[in-house]
Amino acid sequence: MTDVQLIELTVNGERHDLAIPPRRTLADVLRHDLGLTGTHVGCEHGICGACTVLVDGAPARACLLFAAQVENSAIRTVESLAGPDGELSDLQACFAEHHGLQCGFCTPGFLMLAEGFLAEEPDATREEIREVVASNLCRCTGYQTITDAVDDCASRRRAALQSALDSGVDTS
Amino acid sequence: MSTFRGQCNEKYSQVAQPPGLRRDGTWVGASVPRREDPRLLTGRGRFVDDITLPRMLHAAFVRSTEAHAHLSGVDLSEVREVSGVVAAFDAADLALGDITALLERPAEQFTPTSMPVLAREKVRYAGEPVAIVLATDPYAAEDGVEAAVVEYEPLDPVVSEEAALAAAGPPVHDEAPGNVLVDVSLFATEGIDEVFTDAHTVVRVEAHTGRQNALPLETRGAVAEWDDRAEQLVVHTCTQVPHQVRTVLARCAGLDERQVRVLVPDMGGGFGQKCVVGREAIAAAAAARRLRRPVKWIEDRREALTASFLAREQHYTARAAFSGDGEILALDADVVCDMGAYSCYPFTAGIEPLMASAEMPSVYRVPSYRVRGRAVTTNKAPTAPYRGVSRPQYVMVMERLMERAARELGLDPLDVRRRNLITEFPYRGINEVTYDPGSYRESLDLCEQVLRDEGWLAHTEPGRIVGVGYACFSERTGYGSGAFAQRKMQVVPGFDLSQITMDLDGTVTVTTGTLSHGQSHETTFAQIVADRLGIGYDKVKIVQGDTDRITYGWGSFASRSVTIGGSAASAAAAKLGDQLRSLAAHLAEVDLDSTELDGRGGVRAGDRTLPFTELADVAYLRAHLLPKDVGPGLTATASFDVGGDGTFSNATHGCVVALDPGTGGVEILRYVCVEDCGVAIHPRVVEGQARGGIAQGIAGALFEEVVYDELGQPMAPSLMEYKVPTAAEIPDVRIEHLETPCAFTANGAKGAGEGGTIGAPAAVLNAVNHALRHTGVELDRTPIARAAVHEALKEAP
Repeated sequence: MTDVQLIELTVNGERHDLAIPPRRTLADVLRHDLGLTGTHVGCEHGICGACTVLVDGAPARACLLFAAQVENSAIRTVESLAGPDGELSDLQACFAEHHGLQCGFCTPGFLMLAEGFLAEEPDATREEIREVVASNLCRCTGYQTITDAVDDCASRRRAALQSALDSGVDTS
Repeated sequence: MSTFRGQCNEKYSQVAQPPGLRRDGTWVGASVPRREDPRLLTGRGRFVDDITLPRMLHAAFVRSTEAHAHLSGVDLSEVREVSGVVAAFDAADLALGDITALLERPAEQFTPTSMPVLAREKVRYAGEPVAIVLATDPYAAEDGVEAAVVEYEPLDPVVSEEAALAAAGPPVHDEAPGNVLVDVSLFATEGIDEVFTDAHTVVRVEAHTGRQNALPLETRGAVAEWDDRAEQLVVHTCTQVPHQVRTVLARCAGLDERQVRVLVPDMGGGFGQKCVVGREAIAAAAAARRLRRPVKWIEDRREALTASFLAREQHYTARAAFSGDGEILALDADVVCDMGAYSCYPFTAGIEPLMASAEMPSVYRVPSYRVRGRAVTTNKAPTAPYRGVSRPQYVMVMERLMERAARELGLDPLDVRRRNLITEFPYRGINEVTYDPGSYRESLDLCEQVLRDEGWLAHTEPGRIVGVGYACFSERTGYGSGAFAQRKMQVVPGFDLSQITMDLDGTVTVTTGTLSHGQSHETTFAQIVADRLGIGYDKVKIVQGDTDRITYGWGSFASRSVTIGGSAASAAAAKLGDQLRSLAAHLAEVDLDSTELDGRGGVRAGDRTLPFTELADVAYLRAHLLPKDVGPGLTATASFDVGGDGTFSNATHGCVVALDPGTGGVEILRYVCVEDCGVAIHPRVVEGQARGGIAQGIAGALFEEVVYDELGQPMAPSLMEYKVPTAAEIPDVRIEHLETPCAFTANGAKGAGEGGTIGAPAAVLNAVNHALRHTGVELDRTPIARAAVHEALKEAP
């Protein structure tokens, strides 16, 4: 099991060349080979969702993927959300405002889940958002404020889009 | 006298601001942005598994496959041949002392037992650590575990409370032939038997609550290294009780306390599971010391579910005597808690039965009381205090007794409660506890009013059956040394201590022995201190979780942090304020009485104002200007303890459920919580604690259970079997605040950590039973089985 494989991984827009055993999970590669420890591991069997990252824009469990499986994909982790100066994204700011996190361990997974979902379903209703929030586990918040945060972020994005359209700015 | 007022919602506001409360600060009471949030939201928090040290090894444990067996051989020779494995040790190799927690009670009440760090001679639960494997990466460590050869001579396992008490087979511990570790009979009011004989009505409840896992989303773990320069074993670990880990590790490893430094990074929840000292971190630290290489151990979810610390498996046989008009006359209860294989440090196996026995009369005026509380030991993973500790269970039993009495007597169950609720404070209970003022009656009235106003009391659903349930309860939060001494713990938690230092720039650093792991202390403690000194809360830095920087502390559990730790921090800040005033008086040449903190980072001294920076400048850089009897620097230390019985937060929960006759499914349609934790330092944080607690309480009421088979094998080793509820199951919760300030904590705060979890099982169970009222079936077991609901409705849909 000590054979290593050369792989090329694109994470948050940056290319990495890695020599890793084929059984190494994406979660372990992100955390321990690339030092992107924002992606957390809560169960290693795909239930809790703390390790959720975006693979080509879609939320995926990094604990259930071998890094070698996603060689030709674009991976995004929580570290990609804030601005280069550390300014929180709208989604992150909504989590803070709604107290959508307490211990913060599940938070990166929920953020990436919501980021992927809202990109695909910008018009989601609160009930639809709640269903998606039900993909991951949080032990601290009781989920209500996570749902509120994602819902608020969706509303703000829609309002921003509408006001851009109203002012005639090209948003394409 | 009860002083309270409605807050938050104009419509429900009741009484004007109570006397004696100073709410003149800027920060306390404001839901300010959390100091913790930016790093946690950007993935820049630092949890234990984020720590990597040079040449670090990874630990994995060989664990018992048997629930009960003699260990006849542990052969690790093959393990050491596995590629990547560097070492493997069993109990004999590490030769560590045992972990022992004691009560100072006579032999008939308490049987001392010990938990070895690694099992030797005998294993007592499936999953018990037998050997530690160290490898260059975690995958190789797990490969190594596979190669271990352990020989067992199986013994009949003791897997239930009944089997434990029957004591027919080999006992779990030889020291306890009857498998009973704690057996206390308390109170036994004189004449109680006659009260039952003569009573108009006697109602009974026999309740069982399922074994649960507190399930912090971050599993347990540690990174340990021997630091030659500091001559210390440095252990980064996610624990709620860093000093207790230091003490136990030092004792087990034969080190001086100063030779161990425990550091706690960001923590992904604890809920009590991390407020006891675990064995794996100690084994990993011992291996690090032995190998002179850093060692990381991160528990996997299977271990967390089967081999960590569990909680809550209790059996109540209770009866209560009532008068014809619904007045409770006596309470008699027998409580048996299945504590699993070992007694936890520092609380012992007495934690659950002693809590239940001491507090069971709850929010009611019970004139006669008798209780027997027992802790039995079984061949299951051991237990630790879990958020609420026994209170979710005894509250459920008390609330069931109230409901049953109402049903027997043909009275409104809320009127039966009102008849019996404590309304005059302070109230000295039959359980020899003095209850400080709360809003027991007011919270019930408001909860009912909210549900009525929202239309739930008349709500129906097509095809489903609706029920409404309530739970009234209080929660002791200021457990000081006095309260724990009453439990007769040998190690008596209680006080906490803060040191505060002001730097040259007028900013302050405050240490606390408490340990935030999601509760926002970096924010709330800063608010408390900022108000005391009159500076911005961003000018206050809280230091926690470092045994080298903090004088002995007791960590965070039992909702003690803001009540006790917050009061200590506040007292330290007040002392520092006095120092600043004294220095200002000297420099301005005025009397101390002519000085006061100006609330804007300075001291008014006569007609001058001296900013803290100017005072700090003198204290550090121009010490020749100091008064003769004053040393340099600006630092103060203060402690806080609760000598008496502590303080009680309280709440009433109301829950509306709909039962599906086709599936037996229970859906929660509405959940209302009216809570009173005194003054809320940060209302949004309080609400977060309530919502999260309620979610865990609902989890226990409807979903989660750690089940073992007849051989003691755990049947829920993954999150596929252990059903943690998601956003699809947990309802939105409406929260209303009442405020009865605590008279003796800083700011009038009471604790807020556990109440949600305490009330939810009773509220949900009562709502389900209310919905089943036409069936004649009453359920008294949690988690409520769908099959039981389905069965009840099949007979009478």
